[in-house]
Amino acid sequence: MPAAGAAPFAMQTAESQSVNAACWSCGCFVPAGKPWCDACGKIQAPSEGVDYFTVFGLPRKLLIDLTALERNFYRMSRKLHPDLYAQASPDERQWSLDQTSLLNDAYRTMKNPIARTEYLLRLEGVEIEAGRSEDGKPKDSRVPPDLLEEVFELNMQLEEMRMNRKMGEDDPQLRADLEKARTQFESQLAAVDTSLESLWTRWDEIVENASAGAEANKIKGEIIALLDRRRYIRNLVRDVNEALEN
Amino acid sequence: MAEARIVGIDLGTTNSLVAYMQGDQPVVIPGEDGANLVPSVVAIPDPKKVIVGFPAYPYLASQPDRVVYSVKRLMGRGVEDIQEELKLFPFHLAPDIQPAEVLRLEIGDQQYTPPEISAYVLRQLKKNAERYFGAPVTKAVVTVPAYFNDAQRQATKDAGRMAGLEVLRLVNEPTAAALAYGLDREKEGIVAVYDLGGGTFDISILKLHEGIFEVIATNGDTHLGGDDIDHLLMAIALDDIRGEYNLDLSTNAEAVQAIRKAVIDAKIVLSSAEKAYISLTLPNGQPYNREITREQFEQIIQPVLDRTVGPCKQALKDAGLKPEQIGEVVLVGGSTRIPLVRRLTDQLFQLSERGKKPHTELNPDEVVALGAAVQAHILEGGSKATEDMLLLDVTPLSLGIEALGGVVAKIIQRNSTIPASVTEHFTTGVDGQTNVAIHVVQGEREMAKDCRSLARFDLKGIPPMSAGLPRIEVKFLIDANGILHVSAREQRSGKEAEIEVKPTYGLTDEQVENMILESFDYAEQDFAERQLIEARNEAATILAAVDKAPSHPAWRQLTDDEHTQIGMVAEEVRVLSEGDDLQALRDATRALDQATRRFAELMMDSAVGSAIRGETMESAGEKLGEGPTAPHPIAPAEIK
Ligand SMILES: [Zn+2]
Repeated sequence: MPAAGAAPFAMQTAESQSVNAACWSCGCFVPAGKPWCDACGKIQAPSEGVDYFTVFGLPRKLLIDLTALERNFYRMSRKLHPDLYAQASPDERQWSLDQTSLLNDAYRTMKNPIARTEYLLRLEGVEIEAGRSEDGKPKDSRVPPDLLEEVFELNMQLEEMRMNRKMGEDDPQLRADLEKARTQFESQLAAVDTSLESLWTRWDEIVENASAGAEANKIKGEIIALLDRRRYIRNLVRDVNEALEN
Repeated sequence: MAEARIVGIDLGTTNSLVAYMQGDQPVVIPGEDGANLVPSVVAIPDPKKVIVGFPAYPYLASQPDRVVYSVKRLMGRGVEDIQEELKLFPFHLAPDIQPAEVLRLEIGDQQYTPPEISAYVLRQLKKNAERYFGAPVTKAVVTVPAYFNDAQRQATKDAGRMAGLEVLRLVNEPTAAALAYGLDREKEGIVAVYDLGGGTFDISILKLHEGIFEVIATNGDTHLGGDDIDHLLMAIALDDIRGEYNLDLSTNAEAVQAIRKAVIDAKIVLSSAEKAYISLTLPNGQPYNREITREQFEQIIQPVLDRTVGPCKQALKDAGLKPEQIGEVVLVGGSTRIPLVRRLTDQLFQLSERGKKPHTELNPDEVVALGAAVQAHILEGGSKATEDMLLLDVTPLSLGIEALGGVVAKIIQRNSTIPASVTEHFTTGVDGQTNVAIHVVQGEREMAKDCRSLARFDLKGIPPMSAGLPRIEVKFLIDANGILHVSAREQRSGKEAEIEVKPTYGLTDEQVENMILESFDYAEQDFAERQLIEARNEAATILAAVDKAPSHPAWRQLTDDEHTQIGMVAEEVRVLSEGDDLQALRDATRALDQATRRFAELMMDSAVGSAIRGETMESAGEKLGEGPTAPHPIAPAEIK
């Protein structure tokens, strides 16, 4: 098979600007990204390059009212879903499919704070490591220096656990140690999330004040570092969970 | 009928049903025999004779190798998937099937793919509905197990097309059940649907909010159901008979079917009684009678039921919920009648300890079809009954692309709300390369070889460029039926890339087209039925006019002979319209038209006369009880 290197999560970038258009049915003005015509209610062809924030009419901020987001998602689903166009023209059926998949993709990303943050960073031109490299293999991020010792210890314990399982033995002390490690890493994960939240607030302030780039770049850098750390710790917790479950 | 009706169909492993929305309630449409269920059994004693449902049962005893049942287990599957169950099925596969190829069953000297067999069942349901409505039915919503993969869904859709049904939507069975239940009460909150049918198991967790049915997580096993319980019991009985009578019946298809029937009967009894007997007459004439207690039965089936636990736990985990957060549990599928299943679900979702009971109010055999009817009604545009109801379902399996080294790069995660899409970019690895192959798989495993191969897409006609320069944008879209669509374009040249699809277990469009043609004789049979209905309608129209004729002044202008002649021919039409002889009915109707021609002319004259006196032709016609379109009711009977 020729190299079909799957690019790590591709997406529409902000460069492709969407344009306003006239409603195909009544000719009224339809703002870019608006999936239906307010004048006649008809569904519209999706415009190119609409980003997920625009789908929900939201500014590019990181803190989101999830209840409002869900309400909005339901409201838009009730207008766009293919079930409502089963008997419509082929064009309208296709647009409903395209608009609804865009809406669903946007909702999936926006409701998850981490996915939302990564998405926004990509919109801002940052290449995010999506957990796999060009060849599709998960790429090990580097161990955060302050965790080196704990990770080393943990890996020893995990290895021991694997050996025990192979021999059909159970070491209660080891199990307790792993459980302790899990609690410890989970609290570190919580700490990362708290730091992330304060960064989101700062980011949103910058968006609100439309402040200069230097500050924004600094926050972006901090967010990227925290996301890396978070991904690393989350993988550790997952490994411990797997070891304990089996 | 104002517009074409959309029916809801449950195409089950064991039984199939068709339903529609009558007013604000979904109802099952019975067959000619009055039964709601059509067993998903197809007998083909000879290629010209296809028998579906209950009438196919006797062939299981007489010609078991010409009967297909549980074909749903074979839909969208390959020969390598089904070795286990083939041992207990009476029908045979064609000998030359390659792995990753669509299955073909050999019946006599003919071969049939699983979608063709399913199409016969669908055609029977279509006929039942047409008979019920007295009008053609061409559109349907068909249910599938939630955990069906792309190939299994596509195969179901293909079956619809072969049967002359446009499948407007594939709905997941547990979701359909939730719709049927959701119609009665104003439910809010989290609902789990545990659906153990004849051949498949599904668990779906939904969030209900103001008429929105949002599936949060789904899981299951498309190879787990009542059939597996039957197979276990059959194996035990076969062993038993071998031990006790020194008889090996495992290769005797007829005897195996007799045992199958006996264990199913015993299984059903055990749902309400503490013991039952597996009893049959052996080929040597001796009776076989084995007692089986509820306790023994439960020990035997425990391993089968335990296989439903993993998917339930995974679904809860994916939904981010604990068992005690599940507000309601709905039980669907015939196998949920088994007391052990009730106990197991009670434990899993901690029901009785929370003072709750699972929902079983609707017949577990019918609830899926009823839900399909609700969804069909929603697609028709709905009414007050379904106002605000909207189903948001998910894809059960992650979609991935095989990357270098055989590793899967996941592009759409399982439990994503559908329709869902993702755009990926591909390039070439060699200078001047004009083709790129993409292997799309479905499943949760890391390696492509452990996942389900969906299709190989060959992107062709890429303009020759240096390696890595072309930028091919490929859009993968899973539609609301859970079926994948792929489109591609080369961005630098702006050219739509040509995609050649090789479905792994599926049929090409052309093959499906051919299978429609092959079953043309049945289409013709349907057409004949339709023509008969139309001829009867014609006859009824002309008879109604004849009945009213004596009250018209023009009648008195006819001779006695003419009166007698019209009366005789009318009686003949009346008798023939009760029968099935289309040609005779048409001839008689034409004769009646001839016999009344002079009367029609006289009536025309008098109508013209009355028009002069201020009456219109139309009102003269209306007096005879006919619509305004006909100037006189006894128009030359033209068969449209
Ligand atoms: Zn408009």
